Amino acid sequence: MKFLNGVTLLLVYQLTGEILVRLLGMPIPGPVLGMVMLFVTLMIRGNAPDSLSEASSALLSHLSLLFVPAGVGMMTHFGRIADEWLPITLALFLSTVITMVATALIMQLTTRWFVRPVSEQGGQHE
Amino acid sequence: MNEPGLRDIWVYLSASPLLGLTITLVAYGLAYRLYLKTHSNPLANPVVTSVAMLILLLLATGTSYSDYFEGGQFVHFLLGPATVALAVPLYQQFRRLRQLWLPVAISLISGVVIAAGSSVGLARLLGGSLEIQMSLAPKSATAPVAMGISEKIGGLPSLTAVLVVLTGITGAVLGTKLFEWLRVKDDTAKGIAMGVAAHGIGTARAFQVSSQMGAFSGLAMALSAFATALLVPWLVDMLENWLPM
Repeated sequence: MKFLNGVTLLLVYQLTGEILVRLLGMPIPGPVLGMVMLFVTLMIRGNAPDSLSEASSALLSHLSLLFVPAGVGMMTHFGRIADEWLPITLALFLSTVITMVATALIMQLTTRWFVRPVSEQGGQHE
Repeated sequence: MNEPGLRDIWVYLSASPLLGLTITLVAYGLAYRLYLKTHSNPLANPVVTSVAMLILLLLATGTSYSDYFEGGQFVHFLLGPATVALAVPLYQQFRRLRQLWLPVAISLISGVVIAAGSSVGLARLLGGSLEIQMSLAPKSATAPVAMGISEKIGGLPSLTAVLVVLTGITGAVLGTKLFEWLRVKDDTAKGIAMGVAAHGIGTARAFQVSSQMGAFSGLAMALSAFATALLVPWLVDMLENWLPM
């Protein structure tokens, strides 16, 4: 029953998100708004109910399974991928490397600027 | 003697969602076992191997993707609630975030803009079509979010799903080597970079390095999902004006 309550709660937030996104013409996907609303609710409540933690860790522990049916959809795009393999592979590879390098350096630099004591201990705290 | 009977069963099964759902779970189960057998080698990522198995099976049996998706949609549907569920780890890690909120906010926003800008810009320079550029733009966000954005800005959501998985694998395989080479030693910086660039697949890799790196990667994945949803449609509009085709 606990698990069911948790899943119900997730679906209610998703549904509310989908409805609000359409009503207000927001540019974000419904589930993302649902995530933000749930986060705000948890902040106000001050704790996450067990049923919710249970349902969310069940869903997130095998997050990669959920990508599989969409990934199989690649078979309908073989032609396009073959036609444009060079821009696809190069842009994907280079952009991922650039993003990773830039984000790590920016985070390292800004941590030194703004949070000196934390970075001197190598980020260990609490 | 059995021939007509088997064929009848096949005709019945290929029209029912049971088959698509079952082969998805069986393929993933096998792929996950293989992943554990190779000591979680990022190259044996269970998404890649199970997708490959399923495509081969569908091609071999002449089953169309839409017939398969009759069953696959039940798994696919869970991406929505899974996105909402990201609020829970985000909430649980909120205390760590509060001390580092300014560096995290700056890195996150720059990371999301660089990820989308560089993929659209590079694809455009290399002669990729507009559909390819738009499918690549949200590639660093987690799949459910990336697919939603791709649909909104004129990409192909199912192609985006594939690109998201490939991006995650690239990040997971290269990440630790890149950080070593850049002499980035702080686990918070490594985690944020991993989560921004390589979402859930990168986060799984980060947890193998340290729990702090994993926690920050998960946090960055959840926050950048939101930032990507907010910024990328707007950024793509701006790029349209700066870099006309």
